[in-house]
Amino acid sequence: MKVFEKSPSFYQVFERKSGPAKEATHYCPGCGHGNIHKMIAEALEDLEVTERTVFVSPVGCSVFGYYYFDCGNFQAAHGRAPAVATGVKRANPGAIVISYQGDGDLAAIGTAETIHAANRGESICVFFVNNAIYGMTGGQMAPTTLIGQRSTTSPLGRIAETHGNPIRMAELLATLPAPTYIERVAMGDSKQIMKARKAIRKALEIQKEGKGYCFVEILSSCPTGWKMDPVTSRDWLMAEMTKVFPLGVFKDESGNRDEGQWDRHFEGFAPDKVNAYLDRLKSALGDSEALSLPRDLHCKFAGFGGQGILTLGLFLSQIGMRAGHQVSWFPAYGPEMRGGTANCSVNISAERIGSPLVDHPNVLVVMNQPSLDAFEASVLDGGTIIVDTTIVEGRPDAKRLNAVLIPASAIADEVGTPKVANVVVLGALVAATGAFPPEFCEATLRAVIKKQSLVDMNMAAFRRGYDHVKNGG
Amino acid sequence: MTDNTVTAVPFMVVDGELCKGCQLCIGVCPKHVIAISEKLNASSYHPAYYTGSDCTGCGLCFYACPEPGAIRVVKP
Repeated sequence: MKVFEKSPSFYQVFERKSGPAKEATHYCPGCGHGNIHKMIAEALEDLEVTERTVFVSPVGCSVFGYYYFDCGNFQAAHGRAPAVATGVKRANPGAIVISYQGDGDLAAIGTAETIHAANRGESICVFFVNNAIYGMTGGQMAPTTLIGQRSTTSPLGRIAETHGNPIRMAELLATLPAPTYIERVAMGDSKQIMKARKAIRKALEIQKEGKGYCFVEILSSCPTGWKMDPVTSRDWLMAEMTKVFPLGVFKDESGNRDEGQWDRHFEGFAPDKVNAYLDRLKSALGDSEALSLPRDLHCKFAGFGGQGILTLGLFLSQIGMRAGHQVSWFPAYGPEMRGGTANCSVNISAERIGSPLVDHPNVLVVMNQPSLDAFEASVLDGGTIIVDTTIVEGRPDAKRLNAVLIPASAIADEVGTPKVANVVVLGALVAATGAFPPEFCEATLRAVIKKQSLVDMNMAAFRRGYDHVKNGG
Repeated sequence: MTDNTVTAVPFMVVDGELCKGCQLCIGVCPKHVIAISEKLNASSYHPAYYTGSDCTGCGLCFYACPEPGAIRVVKP
């Protein structure tokens, strides 16, 4: 007996769905996504890989893939599904990884990710649902929109001279040496649909056998975006779309590749290998016992680009690292090398650090007024705020915070150049937090400052900042 | 097994509440045994239904249907 019915690779109930039919998809009547979902689900079940499949949903109508497929799921940023799929596959070589994407996602926003994942021959299946339009956002012109086709952004029809020609992704990717299998199929008549079913199944089989990258482009209807009823849409797909996007196999190396040939095992990705590497780095800095750390530091340094904000963070990170602690340094800055705003986050902890971000610092350094305005409120109660009073006009709330006011730029200028204001601040920070012995910091600065002619000036700057705080400012 | 399968005759069945009335199944059916209901379902669509005889159990309607759970075909 043969029964055609809903695959167990689907969830029984689609929780996201509003309205009375909770077991129906959110797709419009006649939309091809549902058919393609069914074929994928069926193949996963038949190949017995559902339990180890990770389905990467894109941005687009199929963004809710994770409400449908009862397997591992990811939802990627727009166009980035092949990059996410690459990471998933490399970290879990035994997983069956599917990058499911529409034409706006794959052929416009994610062109780079698409081409490079294919060029690397990542062992993933890309299912490319091409309906010649941006569906979810309301029927705008896509890279795949046909010449003359009307959309909300090509109301007079697409014109090659101004909009370019519809892009043929299958043909384009077939020029690359790495991909194993590339085919274009269509959700047209029954013959085409059954061919599509076969192609989807074949791609998943190839991945199961570890034979490399597969790309199946599926021409599909968007009755709502095309402003046609479902049956007319299917007829138009068969009559017009297949002229521009011919169906067929563009590349098939599956017979020439050995099983497991394209499985990639990156030993370096194993956590113990990474930790061993970090330990080697640490021991290269000296095997002495870690200095004691009175408390974890979660610092944010903020100011104009060019003030040495990022370098200040690096110096403190070096000190923390050489003292035997866990350290993270995370910069954020505009495109300008001078001017603009810059900030960086530094964590120093006795424990491993989970995230390099610092949303609520216990130490904040502000070297311009906008930084005081932007970040003061984020400092934890009782935290330390260090303000360069030469530049910053405002003053922090000294009741809530341990406010350290220091004319760092003026002091630096006296030392020799305002450029060492960041090291004056560093001295102040070390004095205010008591986190490290000053001699240890000075030894670190000597070791990490490359230009020997600048060492003395930095030593002086550090000591001035340190003494300023120690002597009560 | 349902009574239908006991009789060993192929059949298809539409879940009238999940069907969105796109009619794609009707076009692909080689035996023309699927029709559209006059009645509206709770989602305000006219669902498809099996006219009751001559289904061969080929399954083409199942693959033409975009809804995962709307059509079930049994071929004994």
